[in-house]
Amino acid sequence: MRSRKWRGAVYSLIVVILAWWALSALLARPIVPSPGDVFLNIIAIFAAKMSTHVWYSLGRITAGILLSALVGVPLGFLMGYFTRIDKLLSPLVYFTYPIPKLALLPVVMLLFGLGEVSKLIMIVLIIIFQVIITSRDAVKSIPAETFHSLQSLGASKAQTFTEIIFPASLPEVLTATRLALGTAVSILFFTETFGTEYGMGYFIMDAWMRVNYLDMYAGIVVLSFMGFCIFSAIDAAETYLCAWR
Amino acid sequence: MIQVNNLSVCYQAINGSVLALDRVCLDIPSGEIITLIGPSGCGKSTFLYVLAGIQRKYAGIVTIGGLPVSPKTQRVGMILQNYGLLPWKNVRDNALLGVKIKNGQHELDDYSRYILQQLDIDSLLDRYPKELSGGQRQRVAIARAFIMKPDLLLMDEPFSALDAITREEMQELFLKIWKQNSVTTVFVTHSVDEALYLGSKIVVFSSSPGRVLEIIDNPCFQMENLRLQDEYHSMSMRLRKILIKD
Repeated sequence: MRSRKWRGAVYSLIVVILAWWALSALLARPIVPSPGDVFLNIIAIFAAKMSTHVWYSLGRITAGILLSALVGVPLGFLMGYFTRIDKLLSPLVYFTYPIPKLALLPVVMLLFGLGEVSKLIMIVLIIIFQVIITSRDAVKSIPAETFHSLQSLGASKAQTFTEIIFPASLPEVLTATRLALGTAVSILFFTETFGTEYGMGYFIMDAWMRVNYLDMYAGIVVLSFMGFCIFSAIDAAETYLCAWR
Repeated sequence: MIQVNNLSVCYQAINGSVLALDRVCLDIPSGEIITLIGPSGCGKSTFLYVLAGIQRKYAGIVTIGGLPVSPKTQRVGMILQNYGLLPWKNVRDNALLGVKIKNGQHELDDYSRYILQQLDIDSLLDRYPKELSGGQRQRVAIARAFIMKPDLLLMDEPFSALDAITREEMQELFLKIWKQNSVTTVFVTHSVDEALYLGSKIVVFSSSPGRVLEIIDNPCFQMENLRLQDEYHSMSMRLRKILIKD
């Protein structure tokens, strides 16, 4: 099962590389370098020029996801379990969710400066809503009968949360995290194009400005590989934590 | 002793309120096992939910051992038709759920091991419910209820989802363990056969709204080779007649 999964990843990688290689051979222009050149370039510059940027980006994205989960999951759970809290907060969530958060960027930058805080706030602002709504709906979809045995045992609210609500909604919360991750990576790229000299976003834009297409593509490949690694980490966590499914 | 006096329960439905139970009066002596039989939708489950403290809105007086219903202070074991197991807990943790919540006990002790052994599920401790058959799941639910040494056992059509052979096995097994503990038990069923086999008293409910039609002392209870006896057949006829008349 596991090896089959990895085999699938390898196959799809081969297909992507072949398509890329064909495109570069067809165009034969520096704007689409061949995959071989890009991979050699990654090997050549990774340790010296790229690794710092990778760590910065990885740090920001992990912090963004963790913070969103830490705030969003409990909030979603409370909204899902207590109808009164849901009635109070749902309109607020629905009202603020569709606001294009990038429009808030100038405000965030004015209030929190150009540094790390405003980058983190932007990531959290954009992914937290998915997390809140999924967590809430996950709790709401737990059948009433699931609670009956615990109710008849006279379990406390805290026990109901640890014994039922948290484990029952964990798979959905992890799915929400996965969805949020894709969005987070693209937001990360955007926030790293200003006010910083570190991060994969900066690295890619900088290479582009310098018309160094090899470096630019190296950055894109490393960024997507980074996303792949985080996705795999969440998958692994799910396999381990939700073995009961 | 459980005393139920003029118990009525109303549900809020979309088109007004629905009366589920209508002035039910019933005394259940300690250490007895009574079966509740009636057509589906007659409020049998609602009756159990009141005793379990799940259904809190009702009219009338319900006391367990002279005290009002309170799941926090009483030890109520519940066994449901859909087993009531938590899918994310393995057999060990599901079986220990009752004592974990009541006593904070996290590990198996001699008594819980004994019960698991009696139910023949002591070799399945690390399995999750999805890896068990229906009969095995119901054994885990029974283990959970007995391990917590309940004062009151409530069973809501526990064996109705099982095939006929497994069902009779489980009835026998249940009765064997029940005899060692003699817990006051309310057993809801829609099977005449099950009501006769397991109940020292049989309470017949009317169709909706649920009212007590008759309370019958069951001469067949604990009879050897019950299903071959004349009493079984005459009682079975009698019960069916009451149910049809309604």
